[in-house]
Amino acid sequence: MAKRRSKLHGREGIAGWVFTAPMIVILGVFLFVPIIMALWVSMTNWTGNVDPFGGGPNAAFVGTKNYTALFTQDGLARSNFMQSIGNTFYYVLLVVPLQTATSLLLALIVNDRFLKGKSFFRTAFYFPSVTSSIAISTVFLFLFSNTGAVNGFLKILGIDGPQWFSDSRGLLHLLLGLFGADNPGWAQGDIFGRSLWDWLSGPSVAMVVIIILAVWTTTGTFMLMFLAALQDLPVEVDEAAMLDGVSAWQKFRLITVPMLKPALFLVTTLGLIGTWQVFDQIYVMGKGAPDGTTMTPAFLSYNTSFRSNGWGSGAAMAFIIFLIIVILTWWQRRWMREDKTPGRLRKAFDMATVMQSIRERGTRP
Amino acid sequence: MRSRKTRHATVALTLGAVAALVLSACGGGGSSFGGATKTQGTGPAKLTIMIGSSGDAETNAVKAAAEAWGKKSGNTATVIVASDLGQQLGQGFAGGTPPDLFYADASRIGDFAKAGNLYAYGDQMKGSNFLPSLVKSFTYDGKFQCAPKDYSTLALEINSDLWTAAGLTDADIPKDWAGLETVAKKLTKGKVTGLVIGNDINRGGAFMKQAGGWVVSEDGKTMTADAPENLAGLTELKKMMAAGSLKFMTDTSPAAGWGGEAFGKGIGAMTIEGNWIKGALTKDFPKIKAKIVELPAGPAGKGTLMFSNCWGIAAKSPNQAQAVDLVKFLTSVDQQLAFTKAFGPMPSTEEGIAKFKTDYPDDAAFAAGGEYGQGPVNLPGFDPVMAKFNSKMATLGKGADPKAMLAELQKNGTAAIAGG
Repeated sequence: MAKRRSKLHGREGIAGWVFTAPMIVILGVFLFVPIIMALWVSMTNWTGNVDPFGGGPNAAFVGTKNYTALFTQDGLARSNFMQSIGNTFYYVLLVVPLQTATSLLLALIVNDRFLKGKSFFRTAFYFPSVTSSIAISTVFLFLFSNTGAVNGFLKILGIDGPQWFSDSRGLLHLLLGLFGADNPGWAQGDIFGRSLWDWLSGPSVAMVVIIILAVWTTTGTFMLMFLAALQDLPVEVDEAAMLDGVSAWQKFRLITVPMLKPALFLVTTLGLIGTWQVFDQIYVMGKGAPDGTTMTPAFLSYNTSFRSNGWGSGAAMAFIIFLIIVILTWWQRRWMREDKTPGRLRKAFDMATVMQSIRERGTRP
Repeated sequence: MRSRKTRHATVALTLGAVAALVLSACGGGGSSFGGATKTQGTGPAKLTIMIGSSGDAETNAVKAAAEAWGKKSGNTATVIVASDLGQQLGQGFAGGTPPDLFYADASRIGDFAKAGNLYAYGDQMKGSNFLPSLVKSFTYDGKFQCAPKDYSTLALEINSDLWTAAGLTDADIPKDWAGLETVAKKLTKGKVTGLVIGNDINRGGAFMKQAGGWVVSEDGKTMTADAPENLAGLTELKKMMAAGSLKFMTDTSPAAGWGGEAFGKGIGAMTIEGNWIKGALTKDFPKIKAKIVELPAGPAGKGTLMFSNCWGIAAKSPNQAQAVDLVKFLTSVDQQLAFTKAFGPMPSTEEGIAKFKTDYPDDAAFAAGGEYGQGPVNLPGFDPVMAKFNSKMATLGKGADPKAMLAELQKNGTAAIAGG
């Protein structure tokens, strides 16, 4: 009896493998193997013109040298990389909360039962998300140029607008400058080859433009996710709350937001992953200029690999961003854990985000 | 017990499959790399030429030349226009199938040669008589790597209408820095800035050269970026910026993409650009009348920068003999003068440039620069170093400290030389 069952089980197993084989092969060839190959490249000094797995002086195994050089070795590679990490840190710090809050607000607006022309607003808000990021970046180049519409508008208000794309001053530096602090003694400590003052610069004026752009283009998609979640919420709870006499703000804070937690988790996680990988906008809008203040690790990785033939170092950077994203996502999951979502749903969200991150990493240089 | 066995089998199967995948993927890579060895093809060869084109005029001229050579030699040569030459070349080298022949910028020669991407055929071009300064630009590790395609130098372009409107005459054409300061000041009026230049070392570096400095020593072995001469050059830029008579093209209102655009739009009354500006002006700004003169001399005399591409032949090309033949055809005096006629570059050979001087007297300033022009740094690993410096230099008009940026260049460059 036991034997027969196991035989049947065994056959089922084979059938299962046969059915999943095409997907395993596809995922393997296009996802898993390239990642392993990239991991190997990140531990070589591959110059890009020989077989990266063949060894020799142009593809020699160097262990973790590419990684340690980015953290411990004083030099251009480290200073560029650390600057890009600093830039992206401020970028993420501003973009993720802004895009989450804005998209939630937009979703609440277009979900309002009494709003007229709902589909018009939904389409309008979603529009930036379906437009190519290259096209939008180009439009922003015009909007924020020295004599662009933004500076024209500021002029009407009597403000002399900055030269957005060539202004490398950090926002926090400008703010601290108001209080008379300019590279003071307490900010001289050295962290990974950059002074504390440099780390505290905040996003540069040029980076602010990219932040606005990112918020504007991503809110549409996230609004859609919030909207889907909002429409899933039971109306009865809302009505019961209203009968209990809560104010609109109380209802939002104590009922809507807690029930939206899975969606919030999804949006912030996707936001975190997307923002750490920002590339297209940087490529179009200045390639790191001015003074490297819009340089991001993803763009630096591309530049190091394709322009300077430093494929090993470039791949190492990509894996470091991957690690940063994984750690942040894991930390964020723990932080948002106390939700009442059924385990299965939460797992599905986790899988979705992890797959998303792997997929995106795979396609980036 | 059984189920554990099944699981073992499953795990083994999965591992086996993964291993097979890895091996097949590597094998695929290996064979494509191994396949592209230097086997000299027999019979008619099919060559690919990858160029970074300035426009239709250049593309069509190169295509016509390739076709003419094809007819003469019985081979075929296809021209591919790269939208991002550096990136596409990198991809070609990495993928094991680079173009046979390509434009290689002088500043990248060290990188390419060190990585073994270039077939050094310079010694087969003995009879061509290239300009010595160009041969130097394309020599790495004691080997003349590739034949210079053409070259260009920087000169001072003056908007004739604004010049006369400011009450200036030919006698006022600046001969030195003091003269430049005076005329730039006089030309600065309202929305017009006297001199608008590109915001990196490829324009501003001319001032370093005029002050007697340069980034690396004459033999290219040591960094000399922190020398006082370089600081003097950048300080001069800063001084003129403070006076408001000089701006980088990103700092003008409206900002321009390059010096030529600012000049064409009349935002800048003068600019410093190379001979490519002539084609751009006739195409985009036909109404602008430009007078082109040599750059004013600095404390150490005349100085300008020189830019050049060579015809690089890929080390992995199976058609190297044919490619060398094609290069000989492309660098012949007649062909180079045909290119000059089509899109304006200056011939790279002594004989060609002599003809150029008589044929195009208006361009005398550009041609003259060939005698004292400084080529770009061609050491390996310098691309990120210069990129970093340029990025810093762009903020010169916004209070950046020239001394600190030169010190950083010195440090990064020294590390790059040591690492190379």
